[in-house]
Amino acid sequence: MDLLAHLPALQVVIPMLSAPLIVMLQPRGLAWAGATAVALVSFSIAVALTLAVLDGQALQYAMGGWPAPYGIALSVDPFSAIILLVITGASTAALLAAKPSIDQQIESERQPLFYAAWLLVLSGLVGIVVSADAFNIFVFMEISSLASYILIAGGPDRRALPAVFKYLMMGTIGATFYLIGVGLIYMMTGTLNLADIQDRLGDVTDINPVLVAAGFITIGLALKAAVFPLHVWVPNAYTHAPHMVTVFLSACATKVALYVLIRFDYMIFQATLEDHQVQFALFAMPLAILGILIASAVAMFEGHLKRRLASSSIAQIGYILLGVSFVSMAGLTASAMHMFNHALAKGGLFLAVACLAYQYRDLRLDQLGGAAARMPWTCAAFVVCGLSLIGVPGTAGFISKWLLIISALESGPWGGGLVAIILVSSLMAVVYVWRIVEALYFQAPVEGEGPTSEAPIQMLLVTGFIALLNIYFGLFPQVPLELANSAAALLLEGTN
Amino acid sequence: MTPETTILVAISLPLVGALAIALAGRIGPNIREAATAITSVSLIWVVWGLISTLMEGKRPSIEVSEVMPGLSIAFTVEPLGMLFAALASGLWLINSIYSVGYMRGNKEKNQTRFFVCFALALSATVGVAFAGNLFTLFLCYELLTLSTYPLVAHKGDAATIRSARIYLGVLLSTSIGLFLPAIIWTYTVAGTGDFTVGGILAGKLNDPEIGLLLALFVFGIGKAAVMPMHKWLPAAMVAPTPVSALLHAVAVVKSGVFAITKIIIYIFGIEYLFESPSSEWLLYIAAFTIIVASLVALRQTNIKRLLAYSTIAQLSYVVMATAILKPLAEVGAALHMVAHAFGKITLFFAAGAIYVASKKTEIHQLRGIGRRMPWTMAAFTIGALSMIGVPPTAGFVSKWYILAGAFEANNLVAVFTIIASTLLNAAYFLPILYLVWFEQENEGDKEHGEAPFLAVLALTLTAILTLAFFLFNGPVIELASQVVKGLS
Repeated sequence: MDLLAHLPALQVVIPMLSAPLIVMLQPRGLAWAGATAVALVSFSIAVALTLAVLDGQALQYAMGGWPAPYGIALSVDPFSAIILLVITGASTAALLAAKPSIDQQIESERQPLFYAAWLLVLSGLVGIVVSADAFNIFVFMEISSLASYILIAGGPDRRALPAVFKYLMMGTIGATFYLIGVGLIYMMTGTLNLADIQDRLGDVTDINPVLVAAGFITIGLALKAAVFPLHVWVPNAYTHAPHMVTVFLSACATKVALYVLIRFDYMIFQATLEDHQVQFALFAMPLAILGILIASAVAMFEGHLKRRLASSSIAQIGYILLGVSFVSMAGLTASAMHMFNHALAKGGLFLAVACLAYQYRDLRLDQLGGAAARMPWTCAAFVVCGLSLIGVPGTAGFISKWLLIISALESGPWGGGLVAIILVSSLMAVVYVWRIVEALYFQAPVEGEGPTSEAPIQMLLVTGFIALLNIYFGLFPQVPLELANSAAALLLEGTN
Repeated sequence: MTPETTILVAISLPLVGALAIALAGRIGPNIREAATAITSVSLIWVVWGLISTLMEGKRPSIEVSEVMPGLSIAFTVEPLGMLFAALASGLWLINSIYSVGYMRGNKEKNQTRFFVCFALALSATVGVAFAGNLFTLFLCYELLTLSTYPLVAHKGDAATIRSARIYLGVLLSTSIGLFLPAIIWTYTVAGTGDFTVGGILAGKLNDPEIGLLLALFVFGIGKAAVMPMHKWLPAAMVAPTPVSALLHAVAVVKSGVFAITKIIIYIFGIEYLFESPSSEWLLYIAAFTIIVASLVALRQTNIKRLLAYSTIAQLSYVVMATAILKPLAEVGAALHMVAHAFGKITLFFAAGAIYVASKKTEIHQLRGIGRRMPWTMAAFTIGALSMIGVPPTAGFVSKWYILAGAFEANNLVAVFTIIASTLLNAAYFLPILYLVWFEQENEGDKEHGEAPFLAVLALTLTAILTLAFFLFNGPVIELASQVVKGLS
């Protein structure tokens, strides 16, 4: 077998096995270099996998050559490829920029442990995505969650500890719910392999345990995905985490849980349970709408820069869920695109926040006056990514918003109302983003505070590059769009 | 260079210029101003070079990217857009000359940011002019809003920020809340958004829906300042005067009426719209805006605010002329965009020159200023006469065509509105002219002379253009007539 065939396994194994090695790289800077190199390799693998599935075919992989129902099965299809790109891309961008910020926030003797935990999160997240087995998904979920608790609590901000405790509680409840659901399904089908479950569920006569399982799995994953109103762990966790960890996690952590949720619902429950589409739509759509409106409204009034962006993330999860709830080709395409585009926009925004945080100790909006004069590049990148978050044409965010609006129009008689909701929330995004821009550009600086210079060049380059990508994918979205289209087609294949 | 690549060059030239201005700003103001001058001269050369291609009957077109199936970024040169691009690029040069005089005379801060954003705004304007479909138009329209925001907020104090917030708030919320749904509706109904001669919607929508879609477009394009979406324009007057002159008398506001005209001609199709009774309201709302804005202008005491309300009224002239839906009136609409541009930019230049020389902003302060600033006030007079429509000024020519179109359509509402607003225009401009020339100065006014030479040079040039357009309007009419060729 050639190397390409092993890529799905290498995607998980390389970061996982590198993690303990990183711990041993004690000399200053080496741990960062090692972790970044591993992240770059992971990203390259994700790109290679994406190219391999660009034609819409899924790659199957059997660990150790053991065939599927017995051994550990991995699979990569266009949908997983999008998420893999997002995870590894966010991790790579954050790590490339991370060194100055991490040096500032974390003492050097603890850094190797920190980077090791980072690689474990990376490995856990990609593991969730490539697993074709319900139990392995749980295992990887735990790996990534436990490691991410360390990352979030690893910074100098002691307020991260209660935040992470809340996250840990909610995350564990979510994971337990998921496990209960998987247990019920195993009880009824005798298998954990996703493809097998799909096959055998059709023969199950007593449907009640499966319905209960669907409930547990959906709620559990919705908790992990921070679907409104199960999002309460997000704002504090994002706000008090080290800035680079926020970049990494905000771009991909909740999306991975949402990915599993979509996968389970579409490929297993909708394929086998009668009328599950309707139930799912009735469950997801109201939550999505409430999330979009309420979280956007909250974001308009948050005074802390990171909290404001964290609230916006909950609204963005709402957009993704809204597209999913249409159970249509257009809706799924829009959601898959928004996963990609939102990661670009929010990742870029938090990178710019990290640059600001390098110079400002206090990230409340009323402290940030006059930042644009001293940090013009950071602020310019922030504006570009902010426009993408709003969905201004010419940026990546517009593409997914356009797709979402079109899919809402096609979704039924209430489509016009949904379009109105999307447009209103876009206007709310204008408000909450522009308040920040005004603070950066026009507010008077606070006496005695404020930066003397730009952020380090290393951070600026990455931030600027991500900002440019937001524009590039707004003008040339063909590749992610193609992936999103095949992803939607694959997901709908199973439904009846 | 093929005409197709020329389009891209025309759009990217100001972008490159913006970069050059930003870099040159670090060396020194003179080099920076040279960069602006070189960019604007080359833009004129590139844009005006396309006119001959157009006159041969060619319609060069280029697709940059097919963003999604059926949705592409594409540019097409057609007569109306050509006219607009030629106008904006030509006046940019004169405005740059004026800007140098004004900004230095006023010792404004952040001049590099000012000139950079100006170049970006011009790029977006050319993009609006050459947009080949609704999506591209929307893209450039939003970029224009965003690139002009720093110009409006230039001064940076609390009152300015508040006004800039109104500016951005109105323009973004109308475009996202109304314009975007209208575009999406059009794409879903017609399957395309390409600007096509004769329109793309014929037979695809029924009657009340046409009026609704038209309303989404007209009110969604807030830049056209049709009431009640006009509040941003007086708010934008906090900007430095060159911004008010080129952007809020020409580029930005004309992008609005230009977009409405283009949508009516190339998306709805004038014949289709003429047969749809539910579209008639547009004429009335435009007429209403003309009369009400003129009445509000009567009561203004600040020069720039008066000019802003006069602009609101004049913009609705273009909208009303388009809404008459007769070829002659469409020509009148195109001509009025040009004629009003010459007159209004002169008026703004004069207002700015008065401010630089004497720091005066209110009308009652202008008593007898004609003797101190004869050149400026002579130009102001020409501009004001053009607004009223007195020969031999530009305003007369376009009004003539609009009236002819109104008579052709037997549209008495339009005829009456034009007559009434002419009287109103005279009622608010003539007292100022009397004040300026024939009254004695207030006691204790400070001594001052003319504004800086570059500013006076620019406003003299535009005043000459206002007069010249009365006599030498042949090429413009020829270009404007191309718009309706094959329509009637």
